[in-house]
Amino acid sequence: MRFLFKTDYEDDIRLFPHSGYFVSYGILLALLLIAPYVLSSYLMSQLVFVCIYATVGVALLILTGFTGQASLGHAAFLAIGAYTAAYLQKYNVPFPVYFLAAGALTGLIGALVGFPALRLQGIYLVIATISFAFIVEEILARWESVTNGNEGMRVKAVSLLGVTVSRDSPTFYFLCLAVLVLTIVGTLNLLRSPTGRAFVAIRDSETAARSMGINVALYKVKSFAISAAITGFAGVLFAHKLSFISPEMFTLQLSIEFIIVILIGGTFSLHGAVLGAIFIVMIDPFLTYLKDDMPGIIAGIAATFGAGSATAGNVQSKVAAFASLNGLKGAIYGIIIMLFVLFEPLGIYGRWLKIKLFFQLFPLYKRATFKRQKIYVKSERNR
Amino acid sequence: MSYFRAENLSLHFGGLKAVDAVSFAVEKGEILSIIGPNGAGKSSIFNLISRIYRPTSGRIFFEDQDITEQPPYDIARLGIARTFQNIELFENATVLSNLLVGRHRHSTTQLWQELLFLPSVRANEKVHRRRVEQVIEFLDLEPYRDKLISGLPYGVRKVIELARALCSEPKLILLDEPSSGLNVEETSDMSFWIRDMKSELGVTVLMVEHDMSLVNRVSDRVIALNYGRVLAMGSPAEVQQHPDVVAAYLGA
Repeated sequence: MRFLFKTDYEDDIRLFPHSGYFVSYGILLALLLIAPYVLSSYLMSQLVFVCIYATVGVALLILTGFTGQASLGHAAFLAIGAYTAAYLQKYNVPFPVYFLAAGALTGLIGALVGFPALRLQGIYLVIATISFAFIVEEILARWESVTNGNEGMRVKAVSLLGVTVSRDSPTFYFLCLAVLVLTIVGTLNLLRSPTGRAFVAIRDSETAARSMGINVALYKVKSFAISAAITGFAGVLFAHKLSFISPEMFTLQLSIEFIIVILIGGTFSLHGAVLGAIFIVMIDPFLTYLKDDMPGIIAGIAATFGAGSATAGNVQSKVAAFASLNGLKGAIYGIIIMLFVLFEPLGIYGRWLKIKLFFQLFPLYKRATFKRQKIYVKSERNR
Repeated sequence: MSYFRAENLSLHFGGLKAVDAVSFAVEKGEILSIIGPNGAGKSSIFNLISRIYRPTSGRIFFEDQDITEQPPYDIARLGIARTFQNIELFENATVLSNLLVGRHRHSTTQLWQELLFLPSVRANEKVHRRRVEQVIEFLDLEPYRDKLISGLPYGVRKVIELARALCSEPKLILLDEPSSGLNVEETSDMSFWIRDMKSELGVTVLMVEHDMSLVNRVSDRVIALNYGRVLAMGSPAEVQQHPDVVAAYLGA
């Protein structure tokens, strides 16, 4: 086990507390850099989606995980970013310009959403952000002169420095990866400076934050704006990756997927956003597998255990019908969220930390290490 | 002119007069305690000063400036810090980052600088950390420095709240029942710290307290309240012998 002796204020400030971090993150970076030359094109495509979802996850973590303001409207921010890119692209605006414009516009709209949100707490804020998402969805469907309505918009490939970057090329993957890495580094910088600490303070006790001189309203709006802007950047990449966008892509389900990203990954650390993104992107192929192969497998098992071919066929068709039920994906998402909230509120990353500690302390690990701490009742909270 | 002054301060909740035309002054560098039975309006006065409540009438002056209409977050910027009766710490953060939040009023960096973590931000961070370490040393909090608040015992949290208030380098500190929930030893530690704050750091202290031994040990002057009104004002001994105060506590 490693003990860190702090001898300098830098020891608390630097991003990598010890040399082990350089090794592990260096290996990770190397793997990510050689990935496009090793992995199949399908997996690469999934990896690009992981990058985009993780970027949104980091954005949502800033707002929900660190500032404590829940949002079910991030699909709308993603849509605004995507449509800004698609619209400006029609007028031959270069990529860097519309990329930044999409982030700026989404950030501005995020701040505007933040203002009414100042008076709302918890579930009411969730309702307000859902309504915002519905409004945006409706506007995208109706404002046909700009958005093409329900017919959707085509998005051409990125043109960067005169080179056309196809959405399946390694360059596009590196672009997404760079955006993700820059987002993570920027967020980490924010978290180790006064603004990030103000966010956390607002999450844990608004009264105390106020009495420490934090302008709670201003910081909530800032948090909304930053979170929305990052989601806007991700929206541009999302539009390019799909090469076609239409209003029905940015539904409540997508917002829920983003919430799942951070809930499952872990809401207390940026690692959670990445792990959650991997989870949510990989669950789709898994569901397809269930749908395609499971009926046959189960029928085969039934046949092995002596069921007649008629019964086995019957079982196969029933399982197939169940697997292709309409709301199955939503139901599975719901079950996953419930299981995580009940049994692992710290998410995949929290579980990983526990496993890591187990091996670090082996054989001295105490079972009660992560038992819930006693929480003192705050009887007189001034809201 | 007094350092801090409340004039005819009133707070009414409908027909209930929680604070009723209370006037008092705090001199620079003194420790003034407010005592009184439960519901006398002590904590309400604190909440009025830190602008969690808006006074029904009356004015509050600090360093000859009218602060009655200041927004709550400006109160800390003027140099008034406070602690809470039922600890209001940032539960899911380390002690160090809790204390660094106390430094918020001294942070001057802009958002874009922080996103890039420019050298100016780094330099500022080091200044904050140096000040925080001084407070940690002052209050003997070294063992808990990197611990999460959610795992710490009540007595330690109480001290951390005091530390967070001190980190903002306040001119006036409002302590809302600093000894509630503390055992005898912790209370006596607290009394030493309160006196040290006055003598070493030059902080003026306004304190609400029930524990009369602590009040007697540290306060220069005492105000007794009941039903939102001032019963008596003066030295600890004078106030305790005042017939109205005795009546309020013992019921005559």
